[in-house]
Amino acid sequence: MAKKLPKVDVVVVGVGWAGGIIASELTKKGLNVVGLEKGKERKTEDYFMVHDELRYALRYEMMQDLSKETITFRSNEKIRALPMRQYGSFLLGEGLGGSGVHWNGQTYRFLPYDFEIRTKTIERYGKNKIPAEMTLQDWGITYEEMEPYFDKFEKMAGISGEENPLAGKRSDQYPTPPMKKSPQLNMFEEAAKKLNYHPYILPSANLSETYTNPDGISRAACQYCGFCERFGCEYGAKADPVVTVIPVAKKTGKFEIRTHSYVRRVLKSGNKATGVLYTDLTTGEEIEQPADIVVLTSYVFNNVRLLLTSQIGRPYNPQTGTGVIGKNYAYQVMKGNATGFFEKEEFNNFAGAGALGMTIDDFNGDNFDHSDLKFIHGGSISITQTGHRPIQNNKVPEGTPTWGKEFKANSVKYANRTLSVGGQGSSMPFKHHYLDLDPTYKDAFGDPLMRITFDFEEQDRQLAVFLANKCSEIVKEMGADHVDSLKELGPYEITTYQSTHNTGGVIMGGDPDTSAVNNYLQMWDFENLFVVGAVNFPHNSGYNPTGTVGALAYRAADGIISYSQKGGILA
Amino acid sequence: MADETKQHEKENPESSSRRKFIKNSGFVLGGLAVGGILGNLLPAKDQDSNDPPPQEENETAESFTMALMYFTPEQYKIVEAATERIFPADDNGPGAKDLGVAFFIDHQLNGSWGLNAREYMQAPFFKGENVQGYQGRLNRREIFDIGLREMQNYSMTKYNKGFVELSEEDQDTILKDFEEDNVKLTTISASGFFKLLRGSTLEGAYCDPLYSGNRNMAGWKMRKYPGSQMAYTEIIEKGFEEIPPQSLRSHLGSHS
Ligand SMILES: Cc1cc2nc3c(=O)[nH]c(=O)nc-3n(C[C@H](O)[C@H](O)[C@H](O)COP(=O)(O)OP(=O)(O)OC[C@H]3O[C@@H](n4cnc5c(N)ncnc54)[C@H](O)[C@@H]3O)c2cc1C
Ligand code: SF4
Repeated sequence: MAKKLPKVDVVVVGVGWAGGIIASELTKKGLNVVGLEKGKERKTEDYFMVHDELRYALRYEMMQDLSKETITFRSNEKIRALPMRQYGSFLLGEGLGGSGVHWNGQTYRFLPYDFEIRTKTIERYGKNKIPAEMTLQDWGITYEEMEPYFDKFEKMAGISGEENPLAGKRSDQYPTPPMKKSPQLNMFEEAAKKLNYHPYILPSANLSETYTNPDGISRAACQYCGFCERFGCEYGAKADPVVTVIPVAKKTGKFEIRTHSYVRRVLKSGNKATGVLYTDLTTGEEIEQPADIVVLTSYVFNNVRLLLTSQIGRPYNPQTGTGVIGKNYAYQVMKGNATGFFEKEEFNNFAGAGALGMTIDDFNGDNFDHSDLKFIHGGSISITQTGHRPIQNNKVPEGTPTWGKEFKANSVKYANRTLSVGGQGSSMPFKHHYLDLDPTYKDAFGDPLMRITFDFEEQDRQLAVFLANKCSEIVKEMGADHVDSLKELGPYEITTYQSTHNTGGVIMGGDPDTSAVNNYLQMWDFENLFVVGAVNFPHNSGYNPTGTVGALAYRAADGIISYSQKGGILA
Repeated sequence: MADETKQHEKENPESSSRRKFIKNSGFVLGGLAVGGILGNLLPAKDQDSNDPPPQEENETAESFTMALMYFTPEQYKIVEAATERIFPADDNGPGAKDLGVAFFIDHQLNGSWGLNAREYMQAPFFKGENVQGYQGRLNRREIFDIGLREMQNYSMTKYNKGFVELSEEDQDTILKDFEEDNVKLTTISASGFFKLLRGSTLEGAYCDPLYSGNRNMAGWKMRKYPGSQMAYTEIIEKGFEEIPPQSLRSHLGSHS
């Protein structure tokens, strides 16, 4: 029998950005919140020895231990899903702050087009533009409704940036000025302008200057140390839940964090959640935490998995297209890029910050005409300078062998002589891309793993090559002597890192028939259960997701507060 | 060149230790009480006397880590020879052998990486599609044991000599045959083993010298990589600058 603890107002499962934001907002309003996090406690002092590429970038020091839990993957329903035994395509965060500790901090707002994508696509191109199998949906919310929440997230995190001429309207400027511009960024800016594009400096959570946020939290400026993504920030400069929202929640005295607490089930009675069941990983004890409101913020895979193992909500059926839990899994098309080799110049590629870059949106969303194109949406195109660490950055011109004398000579020669421009392609949902429980493989507790069924489609192949060609054009304009770029996308494979931008599975919308949560991220059929994260995205945009995840978390917090007062389905 | 280096150290506090960085640099916060690490960056007392000796002086010191934790001496020699072919000494600088790559791999195999301790190793095992990644039941230690034995066998069959005794050209042929799966093995994939060997060669060439590879930071120096510096705020807006490398050891003194 599990030990039963006294009931609390709210239990939050997983303490990353989504969980941390919700905890800070609810505790400020006087609610008692317990945060259950399966990983360990974290603090800035842990990062004295953080500039270690092998330990953090290649041995995945900060990531989830896959021996205990992973996912399985298959390209389609005809083949057997097999476990992701080692990391590759994406990385799973674990520990206080989740992936928010070791992210880059590239912080965009999705476009107005994204939130009403189906309506706007049909308006401009007609119904036939959307392939039959593409389960494209509006989000049940507009950019205008999202705007105040974007603003709130950006002010909390201190995002450094400048106006993007092709994005949605802003109610206010970025709270801090843009990051410093390196010569590489200047080259990109000039080239993009010559090509009549609209470059802007990448919105960054790395902090361009010392900043005090509306919660009274002060943080130091980024030092461009070049060890950012996959690493924790030793200066507390990078916005991370551990140095922003979590201390705010703690200060109220109403937030109790329990680390090493692995949630295994959401408990329910009728159509209400009653709490969660978790295992204390340090003692092995099973514990029941009752709560009036349950919030799942345990990232895409565990959010979906917990609902399915707890038998909550209607599981998605890919044959009929009915049901919602697991529906519209999407990803990102990251391979459409180009690398330039510069014979006459070396660059400080070793220096940089996770979100140091310049971007154009001329080929993102519906900012360009798709009438003659075989895809919808598009992607942002950026140069980023995040620090070329030497084990993982050995670019050589195409045709160079992968080892031996010539490889060594070229990899050393070009170590500081390459610049890459990359497209971050959007990812549209398809009927046969989804998440469900694996029938064979289990986690350390014997619970089924999450199974991904996903592959790239014609939409993605077209988009990737289109973006690669645009990137190539820019790199040439920047003066590269030689440019290599993607020629063909190929199938989705789980072995090379692309991005940790997994989306969908518990999607939001205006219709309970086709979505799992409403626009407060409240489950349509379980009113005291909220599920929050990129898991809510009905499709993925041509940007990194977390700006939009943060905004949704603030929106959910508003919803939870009003639900705690009046109950019922929020509208 | 040497003078330039000295000059640079004077001008750029970020190339000295963490404590000196905090003391000397413009890393000031305008009197703001910023939480977390900054308070801890400043040591309670001045610890100059506790600072480790400058790294250059230590280059010739005995290295007690040049011993084996996992490989047999025979395995070690094959790895040393094979990784040197993958990353050979040339005009740019030392190759895998002088960078300590074989010691690096040996030491790594002795730890969690060698045992695939943080990877999913549960049954059932099925041969998957390429897009599904590694699906074998063997851990890296076992793969190295088998792979090195098979390299030796293949070398004996093909040339009647052990791998270490072969000419460089013949060693390359053997490696290429592994890379291209021209060698048919039953328990492991020849190309999979080659990939592992190549990947760990680059790791050993460029890791922090803490791990017994990248000896004397020579891998970094070769490609003008400054290693672990505190900050690049002073140079981020500028053109290329060569900064003498620094390893993690330099960070220990200020808060031990
Ligand atoms: C290397 C890297 C770079 C990135 N860079 C960017 C970027 O530049 N811009 C951007 O927008 N995004 C970026 N991302 C993505 C970004 O980090 C995530 O979108 C974001 O952190 C997700 O926040 P979250 O709170 O939804 O989930 P997470 O941060 O994943 O937090 C979920 C938490 O839940 C815990 N948990 C899971 N299951 C359970 C359970 N059963 N019981 C208890 N706890 C549980 C996990 O341990 C984790 O701590 C990056 C990701 C990575 C890995
Ligand atoms: S690049 Fe900036 S934000 Fe990132 S870890 Fe270094 S100092 Fe922190």
